[in-house]
Amino acid sequence: MSRHEPFSVARTEELVAQHLHLEGPLLPILHAVQEVFGFVPEAAVPVVASGLNVSRADVHGVVTFYEDFHQKPDGEHVVKICRAEACQSMGGEELAAHAERCLGVSFGQTSADGQVTLEKVFCLGLCATAPAAMVNGDLRGRLSRAGVEAIAREVGR
Amino acid sequence: MSLVPETDFGTKAVHSDKTVTVTIDGQRIAVPEGTSIMRAAMELGTKIPKLCATDTLDAFGSCRLCLVEIEGRAGTPASCTTPCAPNMVVHTQTPRLKQLRNGVMELYISDHPLDCLTCAANGDCELQEMAGAVGLREVRYGQDGANHVSARTGGCDNHHYKAKDTSNPYFTYDPAKCIVCNRCVRACQEVQGTFALTISGRGFESRVSPGMDEPFMESECVSCGACVQACPTATLTEKKVIEIGQPEHSVVTTCAYCGVGCTFKAEMRGQELVRMVPWKDGKANRGHSCVKGRFAWGYSTHRDRILKPMIREKITDPWREVSWDEALLRVANEFRRIQGQYGKKAVGGITSSRCTNEEVWLVQKLIRAGFGTNNVDTCARVCHSPTGYGLATAYGTSAGTQDFDSIDQADVIVIIGANPTDGHPVVGSKLKRRIREGARLIVIDPRRIDIVETPHVKADYHLALQPGTNVAILTSMAHVIVTEGLANEAFIAERCDIEEYREWAAFVSDMRYSPETISPLTGVPARLIRDAARLYATGGNAAIYYGLGVTEHSQGSTTVMAIANLAMATGNIGRPGVGVNPLRGQNNVQGSCDMGSFPHELPGYRHISNDAVRKSFEDAWATTLDSEPGLRIPNMLDAAVEGSFKAIYIQGEDILQSDPDQTHVAAGLAAMECVVVQDLFLNETANYAHVFLPGSTFLEKDGTFTNAERRIQRVRKVMEPKNGKADWEVTQALARTFGLDWNYAHPSEIMEEVAALTPSFAGVTYEKLDAVGSVQWPCNEEHPEGSPIMHVDRFVRGKGHFVLTEYIPTEERTGPRFPLLLTTGRILSQYNVGAQTRRTENVLWHQEDMLEIHPHDAEQRGVKDGDWVKIQSRAGEIALRAEITDRVAPGVVYTTFHHPLTRANVVTTDFSDWATNCPEYKVTAVQVSPSNGPLQNQLEYEAFSRESRRIAPAAE
Repeated sequence: MSRHEPFSVARTEELVAQHLHLEGPLLPILHAVQEVFGFVPEAAVPVVASGLNVSRADVHGVVTFYEDFHQKPDGEHVVKICRAEACQSMGGEELAAHAERCLGVSFGQTSADGQVTLEKVFCLGLCATAPAAMVNGDLRGRLSRAGVEAIAREVGR
Repeated sequence: MSLVPETDFGTKAVHSDKTVTVTIDGQRIAVPEGTSIMRAAMELGTKIPKLCATDTLDAFGSCRLCLVEIEGRAGTPASCTTPCAPNMVVHTQTPRLKQLRNGVMELYISDHPLDCLTCAANGDCELQEMAGAVGLREVRYGQDGANHVSARTGGCDNHHYKAKDTSNPYFTYDPAKCIVCNRCVRACQEVQGTFALTISGRGFESRVSPGMDEPFMESECVSCGACVQACPTATLTEKKVIEIGQPEHSVVTTCAYCGVGCTFKAEMRGQELVRMVPWKDGKANRGHSCVKGRFAWGYSTHRDRILKPMIREKITDPWREVSWDEALLRVANEFRRIQGQYGKKAVGGITSSRCTNEEVWLVQKLIRAGFGTNNVDTCARVCHSPTGYGLATAYGTSAGTQDFDSIDQADVIVIIGANPTDGHPVVGSKLKRRIREGARLIVIDPRRIDIVETPHVKADYHLALQPGTNVAILTSMAHVIVTEGLANEAFIAERCDIEEYREWAAFVSDMRYSPETISPLTGVPARLIRDAARLYATGGNAAIYYGLGVTEHSQGSTTVMAIANLAMATGNIGRPGVGVNPLRGQNNVQGSCDMGSFPHELPGYRHISNDAVRKSFEDAWATTLDSEPGLRIPNMLDAAVEGSFKAIYIQGEDILQSDPDQTHVAAGLAAMECVVVQDLFLNETANYAHVFLPGSTFLEKDGTFTNAERRIQRVRKVMEPKNGKADWEVTQALARTFGLDWNYAHPSEIMEEVAALTPSFAGVTYEKLDAVGSVQWPCNEEHPEGSPIMHVDRFVRGKGHFVLTEYIPTEERTGPRFPLLLTTGRILSQYNVGAQTRRTENVLWHQEDMLEIHPHDAEQRGVKDGDWVKIQSRAGEIALRAEITDRVAPGVVYTTFHHPLTRANVVTTDFSDWATNCPEYKVTAVQVSPSNGPLQNQLEYEAFSRESRRIAPAAE
């Protein structure tokens, strides 16, 4: 059972209306849309655009600019592994390759069964405990090969 | 001949009272405060390398090529985003800058195809030019790294690569050549105001994206071409340039579509037109254009063009190609015979608002001096004749009061019965820009036209009135202004007839014009009327823009005067940012009116009964003129049906399709014994013609057009007339056949005659137009450089004249049989009767006329989107497809008249403006019901139309 609602125009309009009073409401609206639907569906873009009286292109430019807005649904579990410099210097690249093998999915992809999405992230602010990762929103530090395997088991792999 | 040079200063001109002096590469220059270093350098002739900067757009600072060094400042700031500061010392070329620029260019070129020799932009590519300017000699990164250039890279599909988008009929988008300078995106936003483009992704993934990474044709793009013009590479390129190659010379000329009067550089290769590029120095369009002007000129070489004169005995005969002499002699003989048999006044003519001033002048001269009758009229009869009458009555001139640049100083913009983003797109873009800058917007229109709500623009008030209630709304706004004490008493006391004002104030103050009384009549909430009136009166500079939704009513002239009253009562006249601005429909409708096309007026709006004026023409033309006004178009048609009007000479006008109550027009034409049509194509009117004289396009002749701001601009010949004669030469040849001794060798000689006989044109010469580009009439001794703004210190007529504008509902009313109101208009991609635009790729946007109907009305009638529906009025019935939309209010339906087979004007009635006979196109009571397809009358017309266009094979 998905923790997200199926997309609907009416719900999107509601989300737009809820944030319209804010200064610069576009980002909060997109966050809300992603929160509710699990991603930013293409069909939501014209609705948001019309609600803010901007063009589809305006909204699309913002959605595609930010890595954290997803245009496709994520898997049930989201694993993000830091690929930035500090983690790289602590063996992060090798762990990243290991994670791809253990999870059976490449970076930026969601597994065919929809179970897991693997993403790269550039700095989680845990440089002191590199290499770092994030699993379904929980931070993990001092990641090892065994740690990666544990994550794989945790997400059903 | 060569290409017309245009300097790109890199950033926009700045207006400031203060100047600052800087030294650039050892040269000192004083520039207005706020001017960029880049622009100041270019003023000195110093080109700083640049890619993302161009002077039609705001500085962006992304390409990193225009870096400079400034003494006393650290780093290498971008010269486009750095303003000049007092006594700055700038160096634009240093070893350090050379190295930086080289490094940047290397990166650009490492991700750009090296196919310069076969590239469409070869010779017109700023990237190529910059590579040369910075002295790029090698690219250390090679071409094999990550790139957007190759479909496959390293043996795999390259996911960065995107194929060329050829969906737009006029230009292509090739992402492989894009350097992501953002110029197209900014042009779409800043210049056109459509916001159809963005940059999707970020970093190396950044790509120009129409809509949501859609093909151009599926995005919000309106194909104005501003992006193509802004692109420094071959990424966005005209298909014609790809097909033909680079132009070798260009000529500045004026667009022959709407009344905005955009000027273009017609870029040519020999006699072949390669592309039209809006001219930055054009004072009407300032370097912008719409899809029609820039791209839709293919009709000029369309195979449907008729290039030889043709005659036939009866309209059921096929056409027969003949020599010019034979065709012209036929006209002269027939007109003489008819005048002998039925009297002098049995003939007449119609001048063309698409032809030049000089051509219009000749046609009216031929009719008055050659035929000896004042039976001359023009298509302004059916569009802006109420503007002429109304503004002349109130202020003393038959024209708009401002130039388009005045928009830049407006604080409140009122749009009444006009759809500028569709009908006058370049003005629409200018209005939208001003609104984005903070001007307030009031729209008075039955439809929710685009400008009511479009990205980054929203009307403060939209008064969606019932068609036909303009006078009620405007008089009610006057009621609010007067009764709430918002009138500008000082202005009125100084500039207007105070007694008349008092009488008018009492009239509008009557409770029958209170918003509360008027509201139920118009369907507009009283609150909205009050708020709109208050904003107009108190919001600063308030300017009114209006169109045919004002004039094409039985109270058209009254509405124009109601508008004039509002502007006078609030003092919104006589300075920049205010005024009353009719958006004229056709390219030269202002000019055709100025040139004496009306049956009661000689050129310059002087009544035919004025003996002194008439004598000046009689002396110049060595003839006597009739002192009685002649017939208007509808009167000519009535007289034809009655049997007293027998022959007509129609230049460049398709009355059968464009005039109301088509059945009546057809009956009138059918009753005539000699109908002469001069046109590019066998238009609908030509179905009833006996003589066809081939016309020439605006590309094939010299002359002038006068736009909606009274601006007289040159039309310049760029190719020989395909039919052998420019239209003025045809009229001259015809006049000579009538025995008139006309010997104009060039249109400039006609303009000399215009200037000599017309006081408001006295100072107009081709030399002046060539020297200054354009002038706005009046241009005479008092105003040698023309008059951008009229009525500055006093009204032309003396005191401003307040007219009582009693609201009298039209006779055309809804009832049980005809419960809906039909109103007609047009759309962006098509122009007027569509004779030109239907013969271009613009049909991809609009293949047929559709009936807009509100979901509520559609549901009641069981009509679904795309269904065929029958629309019936008292005058007739037609069928077309329905488009269900809440753009129209319940009770109102809307259609266009661009396609002849729709026959939209079978439905419109013969009601017309009380003062000028301008037809009431905008209000027809109708019923709408489901239909299976086109009606019998439409099918019959199609067959008749096909039949009457037959041309007999040439005799051996």
